[in-house]
Amino acid sequence: MRAASMFVVGLMAVIAPVIADAQQSKPWEKIPVPPLREFKPQMPKRVELKNGIVIFLQEDHELPFVSGSVLIPGGARDEDAAKTGLVSLYGETWRTSGTAKMDGDAMDDFLEARAAHIETTGGENSTGLSWDSLKGDSDQVFTLALDLLLHPKFNAEKLQLAQQQAAAGIVRRNDDESGIAGREAAKLVYGPASPYARQAELATIGAVKLADFEAWHRRTIGGKLIIAVSGDFDGAAMEAKLRAAFELLPAAKAEPQRHESFSEPKPALYFVDKEDVNQSNVQIVGLGTDRRNADVPTLAVMNDILGGGFSSRLFQKIRTEMGDAYAVGGGISFNYDHPGIFNVEVLTKSVSTVDATKAALDEIAGLTTRPFTEEELKRSQEDILNGFLFRYDTKEKVLAEQVRLEFFGYPADYLEKYEAAIPRVTLADLSAAAKKYIHPDKLAVLVVGNRQEIKPGLDELKLGAVHTLDVTIPGAPKGGPGDGGAQQQ
Amino acid sequence: MAFRHWMAGLALAAVCGLAGAQDLKSFEQRITTKVLPNGLTLLICERPEAPVFSYVTFVDAGDVNDPSGDSGLAHMFEHLAFKGTTEIGTKDYAAEKVALEKVEAANDAFEAERLNPLGANPEKLKELAAKFKAAQDEAHTFVIPNQFTEVAERNGAAGLNAETGLDETLFFWSMPENRLELWAWLESGRLADVVPREFYAERNVVMEERRMRTDSDPIGRLLEQFLATAYVAHPYGRSSIGWPSEVSQITATEAMDFHKKYYVGSNLVVAVVGDVKAQEVMPMLEKYFSRVPAGPKPEEMTTVEPKQFAEKTVAIKEQTQPFYIEGYHRPSYRDPDDAVYDAIADIMSNGRVSRMYRSLVRDQQIAAEAQGFSPYPGDKFPGLFAFYAVPLPGHSPAEMRDAIHKEIEKLKATDVSDDELKMFKTRARADLLRGLADNQGLANALAEYQTRYGDWRELFKQLDKVDKVTKADIRRVASEVFVASNRTSAWIETEAAGKAGGAQ
Repeated sequence: MRAASMFVVGLMAVIAPVIADAQQSKPWEKIPVPPLREFKPQMPKRVELKNGIVIFLQEDHELPFVSGSVLIPGGARDEDAAKTGLVSLYGETWRTSGTAKMDGDAMDDFLEARAAHIETTGGENSTGLSWDSLKGDSDQVFTLALDLLLHPKFNAEKLQLAQQQAAAGIVRRNDDESGIAGREAAKLVYGPASPYARQAELATIGAVKLADFEAWHRRTIGGKLIIAVSGDFDGAAMEAKLRAAFELLPAAKAEPQRHESFSEPKPALYFVDKEDVNQSNVQIVGLGTDRRNADVPTLAVMNDILGGGFSSRLFQKIRTEMGDAYAVGGGISFNYDHPGIFNVEVLTKSVSTVDATKAALDEIAGLTTRPFTEEELKRSQEDILNGFLFRYDTKEKVLAEQVRLEFFGYPADYLEKYEAAIPRVTLADLSAAAKKYIHPDKLAVLVVGNRQEIKPGLDELKLGAVHTLDVTIPGAPKGGPGDGGAQQQ
Repeated sequence: MAFRHWMAGLALAAVCGLAGAQDLKSFEQRITTKVLPNGLTLLICERPEAPVFSYVTFVDAGDVNDPSGDSGLAHMFEHLAFKGTTEIGTKDYAAEKVALEKVEAANDAFEAERLNPLGANPEKLKELAAKFKAAQDEAHTFVIPNQFTEVAERNGAAGLNAETGLDETLFFWSMPENRLELWAWLESGRLADVVPREFYAERNVVMEERRMRTDSDPIGRLLEQFLATAYVAHPYGRSSIGWPSEVSQITATEAMDFHKKYYVGSNLVVAVVGDVKAQEVMPMLEKYFSRVPAGPKPEEMTTVEPKQFAEKTVAIKEQTQPFYIEGYHRPSYRDPDDAVYDAIADIMSNGRVSRMYRSLVRDQQIAAEAQGFSPYPGDKFPGLFAFYAVPLPGHSPAEMRDAIHKEIEKLKATDVSDDELKMFKTRARADLLRGLADNQGLANALAEYQTRYGDWRELFKQLDKVDKVTKADIRRVASEVFVASNRTSAWIETEAAGKAGGAQ
């Protein structure tokens, strides 16, 4: 078991402006950096069938594997609120049920013996099916995967299994402080009933029936499927095989237009009491934006300055200088087809909750009051640009990016345009963006922590009355696992 | 050796008839190793898929090497390794050095008063605390915070991180290949010339990390107790992130003593995988990594856990959801039966076909999840083979225990099937193959095998051991090891809430 890592993956830390000392000799600047050899990542071949289905083929002969996926529009955000969790259960049950020809258990035996896999998923905006195997088994595995894709036979026992596992997750969701923080933060930004924040509950997953799965499959399988295959195959032969499999399907139906509205959270101080922790999880949240926003390259630079790595303002202040956090960071997130969340996060011991929260709020406000420096701008641009290569340094990453852009209807050269926009960002752009997007008075502050230990108390923050949130899990047994559970030895 | 996720089990071999990038011969052509005069091993593996490289510095020292009374030191040092050197991260090292010595002296004085067996004098303590803070503030004026990582990140470092395990410490990142020399300067510098600046603030950061991973996490708390109970002597039982009373008192001097002893050439393997040509870059790398001090290979930690002869249990009653885990002592990776333990873990836990899934999750429907895994928490020394299960609502840790024991008894009483054994071998082979096309994973695996076996080729020879596992081996090992007198178990029983849940 790995003990401590240096810092939490995914959190961007931002530093306060580095004071460049004119007298410091910088031996690293004298080290030769030759020009990088030209690198044109291998783009997948895109094939659009007459029925609208799109296929991507990415040959890769390094290892003797073939893997593929089918992405199907329509996901949890479209499910009936009374059955929240349906799509997740569907994603689980689809594969475990199998088909009329081969049920899920038989499929498990067949595949695992060959170190092959077929899996299904149900997510927020899509469902999917994927397969992978050694090259020698790829025809057989593809045939099975295709059958499962088009002709699943949903099974009541497997639905029940999936419901049980989901229930187990629901009743223990408050054991983990960061889980509580993440869920409540999303609810504050999007609203508790929003498809982007609502929670599966025991009642909603219990309401899901087999007929719901059959209906969901019927509703979505006729959509604009995106098929992606990579690995050790012959391009022409694979293309022919996929055409044969998919071109006779009826014309793909477009997803209905989404009509969603978003608003800022109600700015206030929110609190969840958790007695068995000695560290507070602080989330300062607001509404983000989406990737089509022309300001995104500027915001990406601003994010790096605020919370994007060791040099960021948040990291430098709250972790390095104050020593008050291991995990700290944040910024504005941009989703592809709906606004993301502005989020600054700090995890700090109970007694420094007020100090660390004040410092985080101060750094956020500082984006509009403490001018960005040339050094910060340059550093962030270099951070982003010099590491940009890692977004497309493998054939798999390139394929995944093309699938993503296709799914959301973005141009295929989105990454290149984004990369080209970063060096054009100026200090004036940054100030304007901060003024436009950063409104500390419109943010919600959420603290999950141990009320008894948080001294000084949260009223020290002077953010008005503390609104305590009730996170009791509806329908969960009160403090016990149920019949005879706690008593057996 | 267990095939851990980041290794993805690099093994070559038996995928019969496959030429190209996947056989030992091809890797022998692509890998160059060199042991420098200071004892450091450099390993370069050429993989020119894209103009990038990944590296790992594998230090053969981890939490088990924390001195007695200083649990958390190895990990604390890992944090320090990001603070820069005499050349990077400072405005004036000569002045800073003096200031840092003053910080140490102020800390020593403060600690001496605080730990006074006759009781600390509150006035004096307050005064010493203020002096300590003032000394730190002064030292801080010379610091350019986080300059080391800043230079790495603005030169394109991706996945920049480090890990301290029980047995080893790893530093790693990926970078565009035209920064190879810059990386060599940075990495060799911080290995040879680290400066413990801002040590006491960083110690607070590590305390926060402990609060996040352990104190405030029900499973984190349970596992710390579980290991401490399973081991009475060997440091696998000691808190790896550190007992609060010990890690909160580590000093910069102690951290630097650790560095001096363990960060010597003979204790380091540096592996680079990617778009690099060994012949071209080796002289340059040798120049930089020769800066690392030579030194004798530090003496090994020699404590041997005495044979467990009494069953041990840890019963936690709290308002969190139920959980069950048990573990049995097993030999280290060097044992001839090492692959047998992998076979057992695979057959018992790998996927929906596994015994524990089919029995506890699918058929009996008492658990949401049930797995066996090993070695835990480390592999260099004798670890544990552990089984855990997450009860479904309405089911108890005791039910998990009984169901797991039934599965274990089946393993002892009847041979596994031919299909199960064959599946283990097929999957092991495929997993190994899959890991070969990832620079960071390859670097980590090559460095680990080079350290643990003295030869990276062992990575590829592992499959021979896998192939030799027999049904009789599995029964024999299960019968010897999975016995009550060798068992430690820990569980969480959910306690009824005293008052209504939610706000007070």
